[in-house]
Amino acid sequence: MDFTYDDEQQALREAVRGLLATTYGDHEARRRTVADDPGFDRSLWGRLAEMGVLGLPFSEADGGVGAGPVEIGIVCQEMGRVLAPEPYLSGVVHAGGLVAAVGTPAQKADLLGRLSAGEVLLAAADTSPGGRWSAGADGVRASVSDGSWTLDGVADPVMGGAFADHLVVTAALPDGGGTGVFVVDAGAVSVTGYAAADLTRAATVRFEASAATPLGEPGRDLTPSIATISDLTRIMGANQALGVMQSQVRATTDYLKSRKQFGVTLNTFQALTFRAADMYVSLELAHSTVDWATMTIAGGDREVVADAADRVGLQVGRAARHIGEEAIQLHGGIGMTAEYAVGVGTAHLAVLEQWLGNAGHHLARLSARVTDHDLVEAV
Amino acid sequence: MQLELSPADAEFRTRMREFFTTRVPQEIRDTVLEGRHLTKDQIVEAQRTLNAEGLAVPHWPVEWGGQDWTELQRHLWHEEMQRAGVPIPLAFNASMIGPVIAHFGTQEQKERFLPATANLDIWWSQGFSEPDAGSDLASLRTTAVRDGDDWVVNGQKTWTTLGQHGDWIFTLVRTDPEVKKQAGISMLLIDMTTPGVEVRPIELIDGGHEVNEVWFTDVRVPGDLLVGELNGGWTIAKFLLGNERVGVAPVGATKRALAGLKRSAAAQMDDPLVRARVAELETALLALELTALRVVAHSSDGAPHPASSVLKLRGTELQQAVSELALDLAGPASLAAHAGDDSPQEGWARRSAPTYLNLRKASIYGGSNEIQRQIISRTILGL
Repeated sequence: MDFTYDDEQQALREAVRGLLATTYGDHEARRRTVADDPGFDRSLWGRLAEMGVLGLPFSEADGGVGAGPVEIGIVCQEMGRVLAPEPYLSGVVHAGGLVAAVGTPAQKADLLGRLSAGEVLLAAADTSPGGRWSAGADGVRASVSDGSWTLDGVADPVMGGAFADHLVVTAALPDGGGTGVFVVDAGAVSVTGYAAADLTRAATVRFEASAATPLGEPGRDLTPSIATISDLTRIMGANQALGVMQSQVRATTDYLKSRKQFGVTLNTFQALTFRAADMYVSLELAHSTVDWATMTIAGGDREVVADAADRVGLQVGRAARHIGEEAIQLHGGIGMTAEYAVGVGTAHLAVLEQWLGNAGHHLARLSARVTDHDLVEAV
Repeated sequence: MQLELSPADAEFRTRMREFFTTRVPQEIRDTVLEGRHLTKDQIVEAQRTLNAEGLAVPHWPVEWGGQDWTELQRHLWHEEMQRAGVPIPLAFNASMIGPVIAHFGTQEQKERFLPATANLDIWWSQGFSEPDAGSDLASLRTTAVRDGDDWVVNGQKTWTTLGQHGDWIFTLVRTDPEVKKQAGISMLLIDMTTPGVEVRPIELIDGGHEVNEVWFTDVRVPGDLLVGELNGGWTIAKFLLGNERVGVAPVGATKRALAGLKRSAAAQMDDPLVRARVAELETALLALELTALRVVAHSSDGAPHPASSVLKLRGTELQQAVSELALDLAGPASLAAHAGDDSPQEGWARRSAPTYLNLRKASIYGGSNEIQRQIISRTILGL
């Protein structure tokens, strides 16, 4: 058991941090980027592709780099640190992950190769209006006729969907046959883009007898794979949230040391410093859980990863509420403004949580299993 | 980054588990696992069993009975011990005065005290807090005045846990009243059978006799029982309290208590609200255990890792939260706290209220949780 990063992982973090700093060195740059379409920086995306970051999760045979979960987690943490609006989690980790999990070798080589090269953007359409977090699909239905598949229904929110080239859609298979995964050209369906609560881009996608290509063996129920990719995305989302929270705790302590009221700096007031101490406690406990959950992925046991996703979803969900809300409160009015990163970070945390599964959702799943074990084993 | 234990560490854990579950008497382990009170003899027997195998004081220097283990191995030792219901070696001996004497003591003091301390031939008590010196420990007023080669001690200590069993007491005393309060404190080792030492019990809200007042009236202490430098006691106190913080977050014991509760109150595990409380606590305890593993919260060169405050703060909160759950699950049965053994109520339920009340201490001792917040905000966050 080892919680430390090796030299190569440290180098990756430095490289990603350095690259992100060229675009998002200050929060104003992020603010400008999300103000206009496409809501992220295409040239930065291209440089992430050149660096190999977009291909990290995918095998070399599929045109990727074949890195491990720890490396992907590092990238997500760094994205979170600067609130990068690039669709990495939605497009690479989630949508790309679905393709990697269920696609045929030819489909993977095609889609993931172009995704890794930065030539196409993918987005996962797996949630229907009013839907919650489920591996099943009830908002989009698949039909087959003479071997040709079509989709009908509505997916929303589709994170990163506003400017995706291809949509990776989960849809109910005919005759209660479970859930399949399909690729649809974004140009062939109705895509209505909008800004999510953190101003990153999402979309409503409407399917109307839309031509779709099944990923993997046509008609096969892929629910378990969909669930596993959601779990992996949840864990990587927790990495991203960790980066956000680390920035917020740092910004808050800096602010308490510099901001003056009543003629003294705010760190004179114990009512404030004790709350900052509690934020640090939440951060450290979340950090440990994120590292642990990320490490469970390498073991390859679906149930272990599902349990880790629930535990990190709960722990990070609680921490995100605590730290995100306190960061604004301890800043006072400035924390409410769009020009300041702290409050925007809280918006991003809220989006991550409601997109990937909130604390209550994960707690409900953990509660259902509470009598299945004696102790929860860390090692 | 890697989750699995190495083959060597996995074998280490197996060895610990086997020793703890086969060599420490079942009766003692059952007492711990069921949350009943241990007798002094049981605590002594358990520690001597561990010490005979070199497992009582592994964090001490090797020449005084310690083991050259990694931090992870120490963690596994500690967790397996708690899991098996083995009483943790007496903290006053193993975690507090032992490391202090090993670090600050003279060669004579080491030879005289360390083997007997490891083997619990001497039961140590802690003489730090006073009626007017709690969190503000440095304001202590018990005095030690030179008289020839001896010191003459007068004053009062309080909250002396298990002082009724104590053979010796390590005390912080004021040896120079003229200087800044931290700079005039020394540590003296005092034989509790010396004339002028009086131990008086304090009854607590749980009805038990766990802590005491210790009074010193013209107690003569030989000069060679001063530890470290004259007026150097504050440095020693910080060293000791840093070690104490690490030791007072009993993750394994709290996990075990929660698991036991799931079995004891099995009938209530159908209640979704109960299940949610358990799931939330299990996850929080996992996060705490992982943090203990990640931050390597140990004392090195007299400087405890600042994150040990996180472990103390959160560890005691969770310990208390599990005791609150036990009380709630016991319900009316908890009222039978002081009923006799013929009570129709189950033992765990009868113990739940006293345990709940007793554990309110956890966020007060070892540096209150407010002191821990101060350490975090100052030392870690620089506020």
